Amino acid sequence: MSDTANLVEINGLTFLREKRAIFSDLSLRIPKGKITAIMGPSGTGKTTLLRLIGGQLKPDQGNVVVDGLGVPGLSRKQLFELRQRMGMLFQSGALFSELSVFENVAFPLRVHTSLPDDMIRDLVLIKLESVGLRGARDLMPSELSGGMGRRVALARAIALDPELMMYDEPFVGQDPITLGVLVKLIRQLNDALNMTTVLVSHDIDECLSIADHVCVLSGGQVLVEGTPEEILKSDLAEVKQFIQGLPDGPVPFRYPASDFAEDILFAGKSGVSV
Amino acid sequence: MLDWLQHIGHRVLSVVAGLGRSAQLLIAALFGVGYVLKNFRLLVKQVYVTGVLSIAIIGVSGLFIGMVLGLQGYSILVDFGAEEALGQMVALTLLRELSPVVAALLFAGRAGSALTAEIGLMKATEQLASMEMIGVDPIKRVIAPRLYAGIIALPLLCILFSVVGVWGGMLVGVEWLGVFEGSYWGNMQASVSFIHDVLNGVIKSVVFAFVVTWIAVFQGYDLEPTSEGISRATTKTVVHGSLAVLGLDFVLTALMFGDF
Repeated sequence: MSDTANLVEINGLTFLREKRAIFSDLSLRIPKGKITAIMGPSGTGKTTLLRLIGGQLKPDQGNVVVDGLGVPGLSRKQLFELRQRMGMLFQSGALFSELSVFENVAFPLRVHTSLPDDMIRDLVLIKLESVGLRGARDLMPSELSGGMGRRVALARAIALDPELMMYDEPFVGQDPITLGVLVKLIRQLNDALNMTTVLVSHDIDECLSIADHVCVLSGGQVLVEGTPEEILKSDLAEVKQFIQGLPDGPVPFRYPASDFAEDILFAGKSGVSV
Repeated sequence: MLDWLQHIGHRVLSVVAGLGRSAQLLIAALFGVGYVLKNFRLLVKQVYVTGVLSIAIIGVSGLFIGMVLGLQGYSILVDFGAEEALGQMVALTLLRELSPVVAALLFAGRAGSALTAEIGLMKATEQLASMEMIGVDPIKRVIAPRLYAGIIALPLLCILFSVVGVWGGMLVGVEWLGVFEGSYWGNMQASVSFIHDVLNGVIKSVVFAFVVTWIAVFQGYDLEPTSEGISRATTKTVVHGSLAVLGLDFVLTALMFGDF
């Protein structure tokens, strides 16, 4: 790894989906060795941002640089090599349904290393123990609850001790006990393995409690960034509305629609068929 | 009028773009041959899933089609006193046409649709995306073994279809309707040419296997990851696959047997 202070740099990024701009001229830095939380209302493209960093999507303009390498310009082979140094926890877990819990976690080790079987077994059990699921090693993904599946997926994502770990909504659907453990685990993994962590979430309390650096996105732009304290103190109306969870404010809660009264009174005349 | 033109243009563009994407996928998957050979177990498993698990439907269909051929053939030939030629009629019909075509149609319905649904569900549940993020190319790991397995399995199934069909024809013709067994087999032996009939049938089957499996894996890989998208793609695999088989069969027959 190079010595620059930022592991990921996003410069002037524009990304369109069916002519709608998800990001327009977005610039963002993810400092090395820290936990960066990317927050924002639903539909601001948080997951899309992770996919752009992982090279699964290509930006329409601008560049995504990971450890000095411009991701959009990499060949397929170089991209797959870079991805071996990244770990990503998907929102759905995305476990391989035909493999057992043990084999799911062993998968990255089997394909990318030539370690002997007994060493792979030890490593898998260590990773599973760290998410509290060593006893579930023989289960199939279909036998796990959603939360357990996500923890197995986390064990799989850290199997190769990645330098950059990306979490897509890790706190959704976890019970309070698991949630507490998970928050602690993300912190511990980051510090103990010297990882850089990017966390995409809209769970404000959890994010602000573990993040070193927070970015709030809205309308394809970085609204504000800084330490959790700075975010909490922010005077921007949009940020306040988001942090306090208010329905009324600059961020519209409702999808754009015609006038409500008009819609009700003149139903059937405006081309709406029932 | 302009709207209509625009609609046609849009459809044509999307078909052309789809063809381009399918060609890209095919080339990438074919180049995955090294990965498939290195991870031979993946291929063996897929040959089992697409081939071995299709044996029952292919065997039963082959038997019934052979029996029907025996019955129909006898009722036509007996009017001319030529029922001794039943063996060669059954064998040639099966080897040249019915085995490759019917086996491919059944394969599209049994194995092709399953391939599309499996790959599609892997896409919908982000398994393909997570594999990419682990640094493993899903085209090599998921698509290539399935493509090669289909190309291996269908020709073997086609041969099985012919064998069972010929036996079914004998069951009806010889055992039931009383055609002399020696002439059933003897005429068949005398008139069936290995290269012209057997090999050409197998070549047809290889071409069908290639096309049907290609359509199946592409539809799975390219589908819209929703429940509706999966159902639409599975239907497309069977419809496009079957039409491609029937269309190609005419072309191949014209090339192989068209020189009178």
